[in-house]
Amino acid sequence: MQRIRLRYTKRGRLRFTSHRDFQRAFERALRRAEVPMAYSAGFTPHPKVSYANAAPTGTGSEAEYLEIQLAEHRDPDKLRELLNESLPDGLDVIDSVQAHTSGLADRLQASVWEIRLDGVEAETAQRAVEAFLAADEVLVERRTKNGMRSFDARAAVARLETSGREGDRPDGKACAILRLVVRHVTPAVRPDDVLSGLRATADLAPPVPAAVTRLAQGLLDEETGAVTDPLAPDRDAATAAPPTAAGLSAAKAPSGTSPSVGEGTA
Amino acid sequence: MSAESVFPQLEALLPHVQKPIQYVGGELNSTVKPWESCDVRWSLMYPDAYEVGLPNQGVMILYEVLNEQEGVLAERTYSVWPDLEALMREHGVPQFTVDAHRPVRAFDVLGVSFSTELGYTNLLTALDLAGIPLEAKDRTEEHPLILAGGHAAFNPEPIADFLDCAVVGDGEQAVLEITEIIRAWKNEGRPRGRDELLFRLAKTGSVYVPKFYDVEYLADGRISRVVPNRSGVPWRVSKHTVMDLDEWPYPKQPLVPLAETVHERMSVEIFRGCTRGCRFCQAGMITRPVRERSITGIGDMVDKGLKATGFEEVGLLSLSSADHTEIGDIAKGLADRYEEDKIGLSLPSTRVDAFNIDLANELTRNGRRSGLTFAPEGGSERIRKVINKMVSEEDLIRTVSTAYGNGWRQVKLYFMCGLPTETDEDVLQIGDMAVKVIAEGRKVSGQNDIRCTVSIGGFVPKPHTPFQWAPQLSAEETDARLEKLRDKIRGDKKYGRSIGFRYHDGKPGIVEGLLSRGDRRVGAVIRAVYDDGGRFDGWREHFSYDRWMRAAEKTLPDFGVDVAWYTTREREYEEVLPWDHLDSGLDKDWLWEDWQDALDETEVEDCRWTPCFDCGVCPQMDTEIQIGPTGKKLLPLTVVK
Repeated sequence: MQRIRLRYTKRGRLRFTSHRDFQRAFERALRRAEVPMAYSAGFTPHPKVSYANAAPTGTGSEAEYLEIQLAEHRDPDKLRELLNESLPDGLDVIDSVQAHTSGLADRLQASVWEIRLDGVEAETAQRAVEAFLAADEVLVERRTKNGMRSFDARAAVARLETSGREGDRPDGKACAILRLVVRHVTPAVRPDDVLSGLRATADLAPPVPAAVTRLAQGLLDEETGAVTDPLAPDRDAATAAPPTAAGLSAAKAPSGTSPSVGEGTA
Repeated sequence: MSAESVFPQLEALLPHVQKPIQYVGGELNSTVKPWESCDVRWSLMYPDAYEVGLPNQGVMILYEVLNEQEGVLAERTYSVWPDLEALMREHGVPQFTVDAHRPVRAFDVLGVSFSTELGYTNLLTALDLAGIPLEAKDRTEEHPLILAGGHAAFNPEPIADFLDCAVVGDGEQAVLEITEIIRAWKNEGRPRGRDELLFRLAKTGSVYVPKFYDVEYLADGRISRVVPNRSGVPWRVSKHTVMDLDEWPYPKQPLVPLAETVHERMSVEIFRGCTRGCRFCQAGMITRPVRERSITGIGDMVDKGLKATGFEEVGLLSLSSADHTEIGDIAKGLADRYEEDKIGLSLPSTRVDAFNIDLANELTRNGRRSGLTFAPEGGSERIRKVINKMVSEEDLIRTVSTAYGNGWRQVKLYFMCGLPTETDEDVLQIGDMAVKVIAEGRKVSGQNDIRCTVSIGGFVPKPHTPFQWAPQLSAEETDARLEKLRDKIRGDKKYGRSIGFRYHDGKPGIVEGLLSRGDRRVGAVIRAVYDDGGRFDGWREHFSYDRWMRAAEKTLPDFGVDVAWYTTREREYEEVLPWDHLDSGLDKDWLWEDWQDALDETEVEDCRWTPCFDCGVCPQMDTEIQIGPTGKKLLPLTVVK
């Protein structure tokens, strides 16, 4: 039984796809692409797909991961092409490797997020970031299934910085860009919670909703704040024997648009 | 009016609303054509939430038929939920299409498909959000034509003030004819304005333009006559009928949404029309004659549709799917073809007397064996004669016996309450029937975990049916009758706990009744309900009976009528009915005779296997029933590797 791990995106307007929506769309794409899926046993067999740590509805992502099990062997790159023909533009498979290791989910220790704040001056954002980082604890509230819940948004944040790419809007209006590295903890701290934290500590109140995109997920190097490609161990195992130590190569940036992660820490 | 996308403005609102994915479009198999490449532009609306509207076959078919035409584009729009509506009003974002997010106001036509009357307030919301005057008389050349279709359009009178025109019957050919008329008028430089375009449509005899008809009333509130107010406009408007379904294999590329919707399957309409003659059933009356799609045509559509969608279930749709002359071969052929792909089959409407276990086994071979559902509709043999639902208790018991014997554990039965001539006793017999079903199930299966769910809806008399003259049962009487049945079932020590009982209170049915058989004066009620915040009346959490009654009490007394006059009043033979000038092909005298037969408990057979009963449709339309068998079989698909 072949296992293949995929990295996919949620881009543009399709960032409003919920995880359930994505699951249905993906499983239909598997059918259209005639992927020879392995099915679960039982009365209502389901194709074997494991999803890991989906980004919240409304946030974009360049780094979502899942694993599928096939009944027949397929070339991972061909599979990626087939799936991309079947998936709507915006839900794009951008990496595909055969699984040679266990524990993909365990390697998703942290996420790198980009947060665009239209209408916010870079200096304002910078001051807010400094105030946030200076705090030992930043209590925020979020509505959960069990009502409002209060928790600390600070401890999970490994890095938070303004990226210095502000003012890239053609109309010259202010636009601050934050880069956030956050550990996956329970309860999960999401970019929204960090924004609530920035509001709580420094009154940062963006005039329009922030545009949030996940750039990477993987193992976190606490020293440098780098988040490394979680598929690297599988790739290494496929090309080299014996397998190298869990990959320390830099997180793979999507299609050259985002700078590498963890450099120039504030 | 600019046709520029409003998506940038909309996008800023989406993080604040529930299920934003329903507003972004981009569905698989959706089409966005360049605005300037087309000279006739349709927006098509299903006036309910996206999750209900997207799977609607009517809209999907017309969307594809129109977009296949050179120089024509069609985009879709749905009702937005109140959370987004409030934000759109606050930020000045107009009603938009989900395809290219263009303002609805920029199109030539807004075509609205009404499956039910409960979408009327949603039409008004959409018009207002679009910046289109609610009343047709206030519209100018700047505004799209507002065109209604769908089953509720067979009596468009309650929304006549809000519509420019309506089409009754099948839409496939009608939209193309209308497109050509609009195109010619635009190419000529829009001579004599909007009136001329409407006149050209009305002259065809198959597009209803309410403003060209005057309604005159008698002193007692009844209609005296409906008369064209312009020469060249026909006295009656006839319905459209597509005769050869194999020539119209739509949808070829069904839309596949990202958002979750009410039907997640590849639907193929296996025939249109029904001549079983159930007297309460508007769909069966207005879609005559029966026109079957051939077994090979169905096989072809399923094959292409599954490839285009990736759906894992095929729905074989019609008003009574087991009545297709080759249903056995269709089900077996499809189950064979898709055995390895685990594609499930479903027949949403199956009659007890047309059901057999071989068919059921084929349907469940590749998928889930869920419950079986049948609709005896009436609890007593007597009332089933009244409604001409010729299903005997023996048929039902035999069928459920086979089902329980073959491993099914759950049977769901649908009934109606409030049928003409009905007494408490007719309804109480529903309980007896459920008990017999459970007893039989326990006997043949030897087990006690047998379930039977009884689901009851209130009967609403509909236009163009033999019951169009019938008094509707009041909400209070409906509720009282259903309570007696509930007490009877609950009180049954031996079987009661195996019987599930689901029913709705009688109030929504009264509003539906008011809208179904209403005339133009009911438009004032709809308008008042909308002004009072009425939206999404098909949704229990949004529907307010009190709001409707308040609006009716405010508006109807001016006309000397009230809600009871429209609902619980029995009509006489001579009365001019508000929809008489819309011709469904049915002969009004035949409908009256059938109504008299109902009162006499006389049944009428199905003309597919007995001689014609002169309902009037075939000669009127110059058509006849189109049924098989063709004798063909579905062959396995060749697998090309």
